[in-house]
Amino acid sequence: MEQIAVKTAEGKRVITKKPELLAPAGNLEKLKIAVHYGADAVFIGGQEFGLRSNADNFSIEEMAEGVQFANKYGARIYVTTNIFAHNENMDGLEEYLADLERVGVAGIIVADPLIIETCKRTAPKLEVHLSTQQSLSNWLGVKFWKEEGLERVVLAREVGLQEMLEIKKNVDIEIETFIHGAMCISYSGRCVLSNHMTARDSNRGGCCQSCRWDYFLFADNQNGDSSQAEKLFDDDDAPFAMSPKDLNLIESIPKLIEAGIDSLKIEGRMKSIHYVATVVSVYRKVIDAYCNDPDNFSIDPAWIDELSKCANRPTAPAFFDNVPGYQEQLFRNHSQKTAYDFAGLVLDYDDKTSIVTLQQRNHFRPGDEVEFFGPEIENFRQTVEEIWDEKGNELDAARHPLQIVKIKTKKPVHPYNLMRKEA
Amino acid sequence: MKKPELLVTPTCVADIEMLADAGADAFIIGEEVFGLRLAGEFSRENVEEAVRISQRKGTKVYVAMNAIYHNEMVPKLPDYIRFLAAVGADAIVFGDPAVLMSVREHAPGMKLHWNTETTATNWYTANYWGRKGARRAVLARELNMDAMVEIKENAEVEVEVQVHGMTCMFQSKRTLVGNYMEFQGKDLEVKGRSKDRSLFLFDPEREAKYPIWEDKNGTHIMSPKDICIIDELGDLLEAGVDSFKIDGILKSSDYIHKVTSLYRQAIDLFFEKREAYEEKKDDFVNEIKAIQPPNRDLDTGFFFKETVY
Repeated sequence: MEQIAVKTAEGKRVITKKPELLAPAGNLEKLKIAVHYGADAVFIGGQEFGLRSNADNFSIEEMAEGVQFANKYGARIYVTTNIFAHNENMDGLEEYLADLERVGVAGIIVADPLIIETCKRTAPKLEVHLSTQQSLSNWLGVKFWKEEGLERVVLAREVGLQEMLEIKKNVDIEIETFIHGAMCISYSGRCVLSNHMTARDSNRGGCCQSCRWDYFLFADNQNGDSSQAEKLFDDDDAPFAMSPKDLNLIESIPKLIEAGIDSLKIEGRMKSIHYVATVVSVYRKVIDAYCNDPDNFSIDPAWIDELSKCANRPTAPAFFDNVPGYQEQLFRNHSQKTAYDFAGLVLDYDDKTSIVTLQQRNHFRPGDEVEFFGPEIENFRQTVEEIWDEKGNELDAARHPLQIVKIKTKKPVHPYNLMRKEA
Repeated sequence: MKKPELLVTPTCVADIEMLADAGADAFIIGEEVFGLRLAGEFSRENVEEAVRISQRKGTKVYVAMNAIYHNEMVPKLPDYIRFLAAVGADAIVFGDPAVLMSVREHAPGMKLHWNTETTATNWYTANYWGRKGARRAVLARELNMDAMVEIKENAEVEVEVQVHGMTCMFQSKRTLVGNYMEFQGKDLEVKGRSKDRSLFLFDPEREAKYPIWEDKNGTHIMSPKDICIIDELGDLLEAGVDSFKIDGILKSSDYIHKVTSLYRQAIDLFFEKREAYEEKKDDFVNEIKAIQPPNRDLDTGFFFKETVY
């Protein structure tokens, strides 16, 4: 197995194989935030061939801009092209992949061999990573894809740490695994609930999350006469659902690093800028802290608290150690409001006057308690005092979306820092 | 035009002879630990006997190895594959490339049918698996008729299409039925998880009932209606689709027997005299309707339905 750590001259162990922190971005602004907050790589979707048809998604020009931005930070861009294509989806595929290669995308995340082979033929400089949509769960299957020339596999969400270690032992290939976010409860690629219930193709981006709906469980004891069916719930019981808690592996990052996992992936191309910034910055800190000094590492409770500020579901470790039980499912309430809202994006800061220029992202007013965070600063909280518009007129509230406003801050802030407030 | 194979799912060894006599050309059997959503459980002994009977009847036996395998199953594949080759199974049905790798090594002459159920959605990918060693692709049930015909026109492998029965909508590795019972604090008897008890989920918005059960492969949720296109076989027959599958999961032997003999008659009649088939086809549907379980309506699946995304 490859070496992942060395001892320094002073006898201190340090991790030399730092895994990639891979973040989602639904649009260009989120991509920039993800990179600025410490992602080593960002995965995005184009207008076609990807799985989130409801996300904003990127034009080729936006991808080019995203790649240029990321390159300044040494970060890589991957594009999800992980539909299971139908015959008609073959049109335009070659041009699309050639465009991705031309604008400097590093790789694509793929499920369908049609796209794998077309990519190898028409855009050979793109790395090809196998999507979790293939539900790849064993080392011999991984070996098959290695022999097909793939650089990396995203395993099935059902694969635990011990299984990953065994796969690493048997096959020399990069492994990317989810560490945080919303997960399919079905084997990915094997669920067509949306197709049946809403005529939307889940494997081409149309998933309507029927797993989060309520159902009622019955037993048919009368040979098919379901008017006689027995209710398997009491009237005050929560309905049946196939709704998983979100994944959160913050406590297991050390084990994943020690296992030599190559890329740690955050889910959420549909998620907000607040989510991307918060989750990326926390995992950046965890990975850096562990790699710098694994022997004296411990989880800072503030990191866990920070993650909870943008969570809209309870979280769990899913299949990391075992097959998850009912404690890792949601009944009745399938999501909730996040504890904090994104209130403003820092555009500029004047050291002399301590005045920050913000782009408004949610309503706030004098007297509101807000919190600033970002990669350059320690989180700090303060009360909003006067608010001015661009011309210096005092406002009773920042109530217009994207309005440019100014307030005084207690401490210096930097462009791309975010201001949040309790919801 | 050549007649397609009529492929059916026996529930037990005793069904084989009866279904062959009813007009089946081939059978899918297997055991839960290797294969997904089978109509019956066939031990190795059963497989051996099924192959023997099938050979006597001049039919074929395909064995399901299309589960999603975790590492622990990998060492078990070679022995089972060698066993299937030794007893003379006609093909192995696979989804996981681990099976392909293992067959290459341990039974290189064995025929392979690629069947992941949901992901065989274009002809290029069908041919891709053909180049990797598959003899046949089993098309996703979520395709429409035109897409299936186009795949057949471009396929370098045999094409199998399910023409009758329920289809799988969802498979989770989690034990969702048992989990729900535990969540409610209800003591769960083993039979609560079993296929025999006919559990279903009721969807009040669609007034639909989805069969659900757990087994070694996790939790399965099935379609609310049974596909039946016995009156719409023309396009598939003209396209030369190689195999028509009747899936008899959660159905009785009697039901499977009756449906097999009706599809046999329909196919034969089409080849004898197309007009006679056109005249008779509504009667075939009515005969199947007459034996449908009361909670299971028929529909045409996705054959005539457009999905968006």
